[in-house]
Amino acid sequence: MVTHILGTSVKNKNNEFRQTLTGFLGYYVAERIRSIGAAAIYGVVRLGRMGLFLLKAVFYAFTPPLKFARLVKQVWFIGFQSTLVILLTGAFTGMVLGLQGFYTLTRFGSEAFLGPMVALALIRELGPVISALMVTGRAGSAITAEIGIMRISEQIDALELMGLNPYRYLIVPNLLAGIVALPLLTAIFNVVGIFGGYLVGVKLLGVGSGTYLGEMANYVDMSDIAGGIYKSISFGVLITWVCCYKGFYTGFGAEGVSRATTQAVVLSSVLVLVWDYFMTSALF
Amino acid sequence: MIRVENLHKSFNGFQVLRGVSFEVVKGEILALIGQSGFGKSVLLKHVAGLMQPDSGRVVVDGQDMCCLSNKDLVRLRNRFGFLFQGGALFDSMTVFDNVAFPLREKTILGEDIIRRKVLSELEQVGLIGSERKYPAEISGGMIKRTALARALVTDPEIMLFDEPTTGLDPITVKTIVSLIAACHQRLTFTGIVVTHKIPAIFAIVDKVAMLHEGTIVIAGTPQDILASDEPIVRQFVHVHESSQEPGCQT
Ligand SMILES: Nc1ncnc2c1ncn2[C@@H]1O[C@H](COP(=O)(O)OP(=O)(O)OP(=O)(O)O)[C@@H](O)[C@H]1O
Ligand SMILES: [Mg+2]
Repeated sequence: MVTHILGTSVKNKNNEFRQTLTGFLGYYVAERIRSIGAAAIYGVVRLGRMGLFLLKAVFYAFTPPLKFARLVKQVWFIGFQSTLVILLTGAFTGMVLGLQGFYTLTRFGSEAFLGPMVALALIRELGPVISALMVTGRAGSAITAEIGIMRISEQIDALELMGLNPYRYLIVPNLLAGIVALPLLTAIFNVVGIFGGYLVGVKLLGVGSGTYLGEMANYVDMSDIAGGIYKSISFGVLITWVCCYKGFYTGFGAEGVSRATTQAVVLSSVLVLVWDYFMTSALF
Repeated sequence: MIRVENLHKSFNGFQVLRGVSFEVVKGEILALIGQSGFGKSVLLKHVAGLMQPDSGRVVVDGQDMCCLSNKDLVRLRNRFGFLFQGGALFDSMTVFDNVAFPLREKTILGEDIIRRKVLSELEQVGLIGSERKYPAEISGGMIKRTALARALVTDPEIMLFDEPTTGLDPITVKTIVSLIAACHQRLTFTGIVVTHKIPAIFAIVDKVAMLHEGTIVIAGTPQDILASDEPIVRQFVHVHESSQEPGCQT
């Protein structure tokens, strides 16, 4: 509203001075300032709407009734169906860590620490983050597209008109499924990654098998594992929140949904990495 | 039962509704006619509380739609049936599950009773045999009929139909119209029907209102409308009458 009033008054002034250069410059500057202000207000409104969206989803998640069948379906979709991707990326991440770690560590003559290096890198950092990015690409985009299509084909309106709460049917199952699925996927990723590192480090490059696993047991603490789990849970919330939100407030038509899907993937990926930094600095 | 007072709505500065007022008495059906793109669907969504007006009021059964608590809104909506112009079927569910959905979610009926109810509803709209198909596998007309069955299956007190007959062949139009009439006999719902099928629907409605350029230009009984001298109304009604002649059906 404020910008609107500002905008019209600036336009009125502009009519008086239209002929003069100073008037034009003044108008131009004011118009710039106005558009910056409008963008700022728009941004704050969007941010508030996004926050409110999460609050509502959390509220409905903790108040019965829970749509259990839909929750199971979403756990299956976000979790189980992502396992192949997680297995592949986990194995190769672990293998490349084994390779790189070995070459770096031999320079210091400490290749005995390959095991803990691979394990800590995976458990604390790469496991949660790469799993989250893979889930974003595979499941997050699909969630946005599905909810977006339900929005533009008025299926969400139809739910509301039946007196049913779209949050309960669409958002809460995804949110909870993200919280359940991501830590499990991360755990699979870590285990497979550690064995990938084992394969390269022990079988290929000749680090002792007992050294690899024994040093790992010495240096990996329970707090490292717990930290990784907290991270992956928070990523589960983050991804499903952003992807559901983008679908729920999609633009018009097929183009709107495709734009929402792209935005959802980009925004969740960026937020995962940003949030990861803050989690790391707070946790460890 | 449904009262709309001086409703205004604009989208991005484009005024769609500019002071719409009308009333539907309990137990009556109002036909809403008007050119494409003049805001009939928007008006219907305001009545259902899916859109919020810029100004003006919608009062349903003495309750102002703007200021209902969540609980009251749900309670009111449980008495609503709404047929969306595009059907709005859930595309992850079969035809049968779509029609059964409101019963399963909103009532405590047993599965066998639901099954019987849904099948009888599907039979009335002529969809027996397609109940296992998904919305993507059936035609536009079948989607519309499924959506109609879903709207009627809960025996609503207030029915809002957005173009129930558009895109259907003349025979199906007849069955749909008589189905609406039969349901009205049985349930005596209060209804609004957005329509272009003027002679067919006029036979079963009590009132007609025409939306033109954001306002109701004329409201009255079907006879009043047909006898009206207003050029816009005459044009509209007569174009439609001629389109109903054999051979000109589109
Ligand atoms: N969500 C929306 N955002 C922006 N504009 C909209 C929205 N919904 C409808 N409109 C605009 O409102 C106007 C009326 O649309 P509406 O769908 O109500 O028309 P209609 O009378 O139902 O037409 P038809 O007979 O073709 O269904 C259109 O010009 C449309 O562009
Ligand atoms: Mg319409």
